[in-house]
Amino acid sequence: MTVAAARELTDRTVCFVGIGLPSTAANLARLTHAPRTVLVYESGTIGSKPATLPLSIGDGQLAETADAVVPVPEIFNYWLQGGRIDVGFLGAAQIDPKGNLNSTVIGDYETPKVRLPGGGGAPEIAAMVREVIVIIRQAPRTFVERLDFRSSVPGGGSMVVITDLGVLRPDPESAELTLTRIHPGASVDEARENTGWKLRVSADLEETEPPSDEELRVLRELKQALEAAV
Amino acid sequence: MGELLQLDEAVRDLVHDGDSVALEGFTHLIPFAAGHEIVRQGRRDLILIRMTPDLIYDQLIGMGCAGKLVFSWGGNPGVGSLHRFRDAVEHDWPVPLEIEEHSHAGMANRYAAGASGLPFAVLRGYAGTELMERSSDTIAPITCPFTGEELVAVPAIRPDVGIVHAQRADREGNVQLWGIIGVQKEIVLASRRSLVTVEEVVDELEPRPGAIVLPTWSVTAVAEAPHGAHPSYAHDYYDRDNGFYRGWDEVSREREVFREWMEGHVL
Repeated sequence: MTVAAARELTDRTVCFVGIGLPSTAANLARLTHAPRTVLVYESGTIGSKPATLPLSIGDGQLAETADAVVPVPEIFNYWLQGGRIDVGFLGAAQIDPKGNLNSTVIGDYETPKVRLPGGGGAPEIAAMVREVIVIIRQAPRTFVERLDFRSSVPGGGSMVVITDLGVLRPDPESAELTLTRIHPGASVDEARENTGWKLRVSADLEETEPPSDEELRVLRELKQALEAAV
Repeated sequence: MGELLQLDEAVRDLVHDGDSVALEGFTHLIPFAAGHEIVRQGRRDLILIRMTPDLIYDQLIGMGCAGKLVFSWGGNPGVGSLHRFRDAVEHDWPVPLEIEEHSHAGMANRYAAGASGLPFAVLRGYAGTELMERSSDTIAPITCPFTGEELVAVPAIRPDVGIVHAQRADREGNVQLWGIIGVQKEIVLASRRSLVTVEEVVDELEPRPGAIVLPTWSVTAVAEAPHGAHPSYAHDYYDRDNGFYRGWDEVSREREVFREWMEGHVL
């Protein structure tokens, strides 16, 4: 899943990165096929080139390796709202067929079953960037017909959703997320079972290339370096 | 003037029950020592304001200091939930916690408006989200008078007290900080009273690339608190204690374990 997400990031793009899987995938891309990708973190670091994976979006090495460090109001106003970010790389707890995201609550907002962290930077990132990449595990409780809370709504740009089972893109006509690629070892039936709505499958369904030795090696090293640093 | 005080007297003078208090620091320079002093002094009914509540607000909330939280992301970065925050929202423990929820862009703009002396800020934000409805008291549509574009207005945040940590200050109370500067300047300038804790007080502030200075006359009080941002970090002084953040998940999960930890380490 991480490798498939990294591959979506093309070289020389400017990418606003969420922490966790998005950060892992974006750094994997930077260290393999997209060395000139510019990683922007919401703490205000532009062009960070961390040697190990950061645990938070503001670890010291993000600032030390950055091209520029700017205040938080500036990163959101001048750089994101100003239209200078190409790609937003996001995670979420739930996604619906239109690609709207929930990262706020499971259950009712006033009396939540699970209070999640909340939208953070995502509402404006999703709305402002030219392409939204979402990385999320596929399961009936994450791929839902109806969100418990609408935290982020993608703007007019393109969208791709990477899961542990495959890749989904909006159907050109209905805009409903449609399975366009399946990962090696996963099946279309498995993808259907793990989707909370009637999943549509592209007529031109492709299979994801297996991860290369190089991709796996870099990913392993990134993860080991994070563990060694904690 | 940024009067040099001991941390306990600064908190006693500046922070009162029922105050709105913003302890800021965007992953960097989080004022943990000041937060712990607030816990020790047993403040109650605080309106806590912070973009990323983090562990310090988990501790304040779990110790019953807060009546309301204004925020945009309440998690343990890279680890998961803030269990004390969740317990307060989900089960009203130890006391009910009212919440006012925004996005980062909204909060950052609210601080900037506060620092600018404006009543509200304008942004292109919250489009299509349910935050628009849930926080409708503090998010309102507004039409640009020049272009007719539909935008969003959010009210300025003017806390009673703004508290941040910084690398150092001189004996006059001029403050210098660098690295990720987050919203440190905005919250000090937006607040009616401000407290800056510093790693060290020095005779002279040497210029540093990328550093900002808060002149002493823009700050109410300065208190020396070495290691006062731990387990977050102070750039060029010490690193983020990622192990502590991971360990907090276990410490904070159960009420009794959390209380014991606070009694052993903070009270």
